[in-house]
Amino acid sequence: MEWNFLIYKAILVLIVFSITLLVATYSTYMERKVAAFLQDRIGPDRAGPFGILQPLADAVKMFMKEEMIPSVSNKVLFIIGPGLCMLTACMTGVIIPWGKSINIGGVDYPMQIADVNIGILYLFGVLSLGVYGIMIGGWASNNKYSLLGAIRASSQMISYEVAMGISIIALVMVTGTLSTGEIAAQQTTWHWNVLYQPLGCLIFIICAFAETNRAPFDLPECETELVGGYHTEYSSMKLGLFLFAEYINMFISSAVISTFYFGGYNMPLIGRWVQDPNWLAILGFVFLFMKIVGFIFFFMWVRWTLPRFRYDQLMNLGWKILIPLSILNMVLTGAWMMRHEIMAYFGK
Amino acid sequence: MITKALFIFLTFLAIFFALRVVSTKNPIHSVLYLVLTFFAIAGHYILLNAQFLAVVHIIVYAGAIMVLFLFVIMLLNLNKETEPHKSVWLKSSAVVASGLLLVVLVGALRGAEAIQTTNTFNSNIGLIENLGMTLFNEFLLPFELASILLLAAMVGAVMLGKKSIK
Repeated sequence: MEWNFLIYKAILVLIVFSITLLVATYSTYMERKVAAFLQDRIGPDRAGPFGILQPLADAVKMFMKEEMIPSVSNKVLFIIGPGLCMLTACMTGVIIPWGKSINIGGVDYPMQIADVNIGILYLFGVLSLGVYGIMIGGWASNNKYSLLGAIRASSQMISYEVAMGISIIALVMVTGTLSTGEIAAQQTTWHWNVLYQPLGCLIFIICAFAETNRAPFDLPECETELVGGYHTEYSSMKLGLFLFAEYINMFISSAVISTFYFGGYNMPLIGRWVQDPNWLAILGFVFLFMKIVGFIFFFMWVRWTLPRFRYDQLMNLGWKILIPLSILNMVLTGAWMMRHEIMAYFGK
Repeated sequence: MITKALFIFLTFLAIFFALRVVSTKNPIHSVLYLVLTFFAIAGHYILLNAQFLAVVHIIVYAGAIMVLFLFVIMLLNLNKETEPHKSVWLKSSAVVASGLLLVVLVGALRGAEAIQTTNTFNSNIGLIENLGMTLFNEFLLPFELASILLLAAMVGAVMLGKKSIK
């Protein structure tokens, strides 16, 4: 039994890891296609039918390029930087509930790697470590532009983590749990958290954009000011890992947004047509993926629609608008939850 | 058995990284070793079944405070050339003082008796529900006072950061 459990968990980790990498790979293709669609172009169409092999061509290109390590840079840290970025990006997939448990031969197999009772805090812990890869890589390059990019990235991530944390506190107050599995399980039928926490959801999504360094918050890699930002000195697959980590972060952020606010694997009305729990679990997985792809499209849509912020605008938005709004959201949520007590107090 | 092996491994890591913090020349390496030390200590918390403390330790220390340290050191661009030279007198007196401190600590630990636990230990005390109940019932006043202390520090930092006070 113990060995069965370990093997099952190992297989699950492997599946989640490969799905993460696959989705991230094809996000690059999707990004090109969405950009082409929004700019009224065709996009990649040479490699394979509809350019479907484009990500493979990109990967081969990245691997085959010449590897350059600047002689004045700090070699060990220069190599650790992109690796750390990838590591923290891949670590968050562990706590996402990908579906309900599947029952095979009387044994329940949950589709979540680790349902720890501090899932949200784990997410925050890993998120706050994500900045190290960028900072170390940017500093070790020994280049002014890289350092500026790294410092921008870290200050941006620290600033937006505050608003994100406070918006999550309101969510935790509504759901009463820190476990991601529980949060997903609570949102049956139409009881999605976005209906109870619309403002919190909006703040969370904006902060997710800033945390993933995506446009309109992509100041750390702002070409017009910083050449290439924190990865200016990187070439070959090390550059590839930095870019790839961004796509993984986008995928995980979409999964987290779908799980926290948009019902996770739940879909209203599906219980009417499908009764078998195993089919429901598989369909739940499909629904979660549809939501995730939807949010990835949203990320891209925003990137190719909005221009980049100025740095002071970014900081003003984070500290002077989002944080007060999220505190207001938290206070309002608390007041709504205690409304009976408050009414009773004033009614006397 | 496996707990003990993990404990020894984590302890070794924590002490090794802590020694590297003080022995490396480069301040950036120092900070990064300190982050690794915090990770080893967080592992100890998990061994004690205090998941909440472990994660908060990582979020607050490794995720926020050390990032700020790294930030400041990177901006100041500290390295060997800019490091102020200390005289031999200062160095030797520091060695003597810290050696005496070591003697005192070792002596105190040798003289101490094994701690007798009076009340039965609840192994679930570190889980978040129990921690929250304890914090907001038994220790509400100290908890609120600590938050006021942090607020005062924040207000002070904002005041110092202002360019001119009218």
